Amino acid sequence: MLSDQERILARAAREILPGQIINLGIGLPQRLFHYMPEDQHVLVHSENGILGCQPLADNAKPDYEMIDSGGAYIGASPGASVFDSALSFAMIRRSRVDVTFMGAFEVDQQGNLANWKIPGKFSPGIGGAMELAQKVDKLVVLCSHNDKRGNPKILKQCRLPLTAANCISLIITEKAVMEVTDQGLNVIDMAEGLGVDELRAATEAELMIDESRVGRF
Amino acid sequence: MTLLNKKHIAIEEAIARIPDGASIMVGGFGSPGTPFALLDELLAQGQKGLTLIKNDANEPDIGIGRLIKAGRVERLIASHIGLNRVAIEEMNHGRLAVEMYPQGLLAEKIRCAGVGHPGFLTDIGLDTEIASRRQEIELDGRTCAIEPAIHADFALVHADLADTYGNLTYRGTAINFNPLMAMAADTVIAQAFRLESPGSLKPEYIHTPSAFVNHVVQVDPATSEQGIREHAV
Repeated sequence: MLSDQERILARAAREILPGQIINLGIGLPQRLFHYMPEDQHVLVHSENGILGCQPLADNAKPDYEMIDSGGAYIGASPGASVFDSALSFAMIRRSRVDVTFMGAFEVDQQGNLANWKIPGKFSPGIGGAMELAQKVDKLVVLCSHNDKRGNPKILKQCRLPLTAANCISLIITEKAVMEVTDQGLNVIDMAEGLGVDELRAATEAELMIDESRVGRF
Repeated sequence: MTLLNKKHIAIEEAIARIPDGASIMVGGFGSPGTPFALLDELLAQGQKGLTLIKNDANEPDIGIGRLIKAGRVERLIASHIGLNRVAIEEMNHGRLAVEMYPQGLLAEKIRCAGVGHPGFLTDIGLDTEIASRRQEIELDGRTCAIEPAIHADFALVHADLADTYGNLTYRGTAINFNPLMAMAADTVIAQAFRLESPGSLKPEYIHTPSAFVNHVVQVDPATSEQGIREHAV
């Protein structure tokens, strides 16, 4: 049986199309490397300055000048390029990255994202998240549906400082896959065996659910 | 002015040019591209009251982490310091002034100084709390924020292969902020793992032309071993 995180990752991998350029945020999204189909001509961008990073083969000796933005040693995939930080963000701001996957502290039904700061508790700096969230056409958030104390993370309105406003395309949690529309959050898929009432109870945001059309994952 | 034939000097001599209170750009994203040998020499020489400009704060016991721990840094301009708990504590206790920018804006502010512009306009972050500290203007009906360039007294950069005129090439993801910073400071000191005579490098492969570099020193690749930590995806 797959863990919640494995189910999120397996579902997220279906959002990557052959030939695309994608960016994987620090933490859970970086594990998507291991869920991507092979030979799909996908290049993974990492904002520290590489287009085309891939995990090292088992037992491969790391090259100490090759890391991704999460600090992990990486290899270069066929067709990779390396460049400076200004150029790396030119690629992001010019929307040359097709999809970016990120974690979240909070998201809301307007598609707002908060994932960089908890005032008074956690403020290490924003890194590259603000520009990725604002400028990449498709932002997919991967996160748990509720926080460690069971509080909803899918809100009516984010309370934490925003990373970017109205930027999210899709939210994937262990309970549901929700697309952000002008009318609010539309539930596309629900976890196998989960009831609609149960999902609504775990969610603060208003959800649009057409049970006849909802997929299961 | 630094004469082309006088750029290759000893590391002690290069770092001795940095006075107390200097502003210093430091290349690197995490460990790759961090000029560890130049930073260790700076630690050994004792300069204090420094302003450092680096993407991150390294980790507590390496690179600029050592300078922060030793209380030699007054101010840090960065984009993310999450891997250095000491820097976060110093910031929270008010002993280290930290100014943070989104990473691409930080890079562009440095690039701007390097190409001789006073600043640039952007729409990044207009809907966020960083907007409150910036001046905004209208351009062609769009709201834009003004981001001033960031310039420094010194830049310490790490190159892989260089020549004694100061032509630099970088390798892998150790490029990051290095070529930007190598253009954005009054005095640029480069360390290189390999240093060759002029004419050895192919002109079309040079990342940073010699004109921007004041001093170049050769360092042993082994001195960067301190930057290594085990971490795989």
